[in-house]
Amino acid sequence: MSVNPMHALEVEQLTKTYQGGFRALKGIDLTVAEGDFFALLGPNGAGKSTFIGILASLVNKTAGRVRVFGDDLDREPERVKSAIGLVPQEFNFNLFLPVEEVVLNQAGYYGIARREAKVRARRYLKQLDLWDRRDSEMRKLSGGMKRRLMIARALVHEPRLLILDEPTAGVDIEIRRSMWAFLRELNAGGTTIILTTHYLEEAESLCRNIAIINEGEVAESTSIVRLLDRLHTETFVLNLKGRVSELPQLGGFVLQHLDDCTLEVEMSREHTINGLFQALSRNGIEVISLRNKQNRLERLFLDMVDRGTQVAAPRPNSLTVPQPMISREDLA
Amino acid sequence: MSRYGLAWPRYWICFQTIFVKEILRFARIWIQTILPSVITTTLYFVIFGRLIGDRIGSMGGLPYLDFIVPGLVLMGVITNAYSNVVSSFYSSKFSRYIEELLVSPAPNWVILAGYVAGGVARGLVVGIAVMVVAACFTEISIHSYSVTLLVFILTAVLFALGGFINAIFANSFDDISIVPTFVLTPLTYLGGVFYSIELLPEFWQGVSLANPVLYMVNAFRYGLNGVSDIPIGIAFGIISLFILVLAAFSLVLLRRGVGIKH
Repeated sequence: MSVNPMHALEVEQLTKTYQGGFRALKGIDLTVAEGDFFALLGPNGAGKSTFIGILASLVNKTAGRVRVFGDDLDREPERVKSAIGLVPQEFNFNLFLPVEEVVLNQAGYYGIARREAKVRARRYLKQLDLWDRRDSEMRKLSGGMKRRLMIARALVHEPRLLILDEPTAGVDIEIRRSMWAFLRELNAGGTTIILTTHYLEEAESLCRNIAIINEGEVAESTSIVRLLDRLHTETFVLNLKGRVSELPQLGGFVLQHLDDCTLEVEMSREHTINGLFQALSRNGIEVISLRNKQNRLERLFLDMVDRGTQVAAPRPNSLTVPQPMISREDLA
Repeated sequence: MSRYGLAWPRYWICFQTIFVKEILRFARIWIQTILPSVITTTLYFVIFGRLIGDRIGSMGGLPYLDFIVPGLVLMGVITNAYSNVVSSFYSSKFSRYIEELLVSPAPNWVILAGYVAGGVARGLVVGIAVMVVAACFTEISIHSYSVTLLVFILTAVLFALGGFINAIFANSFDDISIVPTFVLTPLTYLGGVFYSIELLPEFWQGVSLANPVLYMVNAFRYGLNGVSDIPIGIAFGIISLFILVLAAFSLVLLRRGVGIKH
């Protein structure tokens, strides 16, 4: 594998077989550019956490190579570990320690002197709105606070590559939005970010590139824009000014009643919103507002599932997915 | 120098962090970690030293109370050095905050040294506390300060390593109490804490020589009273050998990630 210093992460033929023979990773090849905001998606059990565990040295790989900013994980583990900050999926704190001590200890493990560690702990706890709780024991924090603390803890050694495994799972919308803003700012400052999430809106909103892992293999690795270009239809929900009892037939648009004042419209990419409004106006239907019925990336996933189960041969310009990738329950 | 800074200062800071964390841990819960050993040994001194000891007379050329002091002090050191590491490291596995260390660039030997040093610190605190209690019952004289201190530390290191290995293999909180109950306590009680092995038949004297605690207790007794069933050089050799073997085994386990990595 050639060493490219512009790559934050280069993974070649990464394989993991657990005791008992389960093959979690079946030869993953993946590259993440320096400065990228990268999404790693896939259904439960796809191998995402195993992949991240290997990068963070929490899981022993069976075979393959991992380079982080050109340093080989096997040959230069300390340099690789120093370059990575991990925000794990599950809480992994000593619940009896105060917040600030958790961050200071982590800085100490990275060999950061106490004085400098205190400066950084103050900076990141303030940025993540936890400074006022610095003396609170971990067990007294809310779930959202714990999530934010895991980010502060992962940043205290100022890593060049931040890996977040479902960082906003279980946090309310307001905190999620503030975490997104923080991560965008961090990425703009030069930190490469790899993110796994079940909130597909999160990936679409934050990330530039994406890899989809399924059953231990990379099913797709591309830019979000290119991936979304493959969507052939979009669905909108329209709130109407008046009641509509009978639906008109509109060419190119599939209309469906949600209730008397709400319509669902599925439209292909050849048609425009303007065209939709004109057609509706011609039929005396006035629209107050509209919204996407679902996240577009989520729709893409569901399309992939449907194709995997219903269509033997994939259509041109569509994702080639050998098996169903994700269930609707996974996305719920 | 790498772009991450010189290695040794980083290692030192990392070691200090683990060490101080461990000290703060057992200091915060001193009622659970320090006090029980002090109360237990006080009872030993009262019952075996005063009430029964006066009827026993002398043992190994010493008044019985003086004879049991080194063993009781070391018993406190052994159980506390072991308990500290096994409970702390296993808790970090159980609650998964061992991952904080595993993702960091801390080398395995620094992690091991930090936890062992924490166990040694607790062992020494309890050992000193027991000696203070002993001084309330009898006059403590130290024959050799260097031997006393060295045995103190080496014993704590050895059993802290034992606790570390126990924690690595433990899969439940039950697993961390099995070894202290079924291995450590019998070894300590049969290690010449309460009697001289000269009292045993020749066969059992030979069996006793396979017990590492015997060497520690006798070396410590030599340090305090100048009396030992075992030549002091052999005692140090045996203790050092056990330390080297357990330290090497611990590092192999850490390198392979046994019990802590998938």
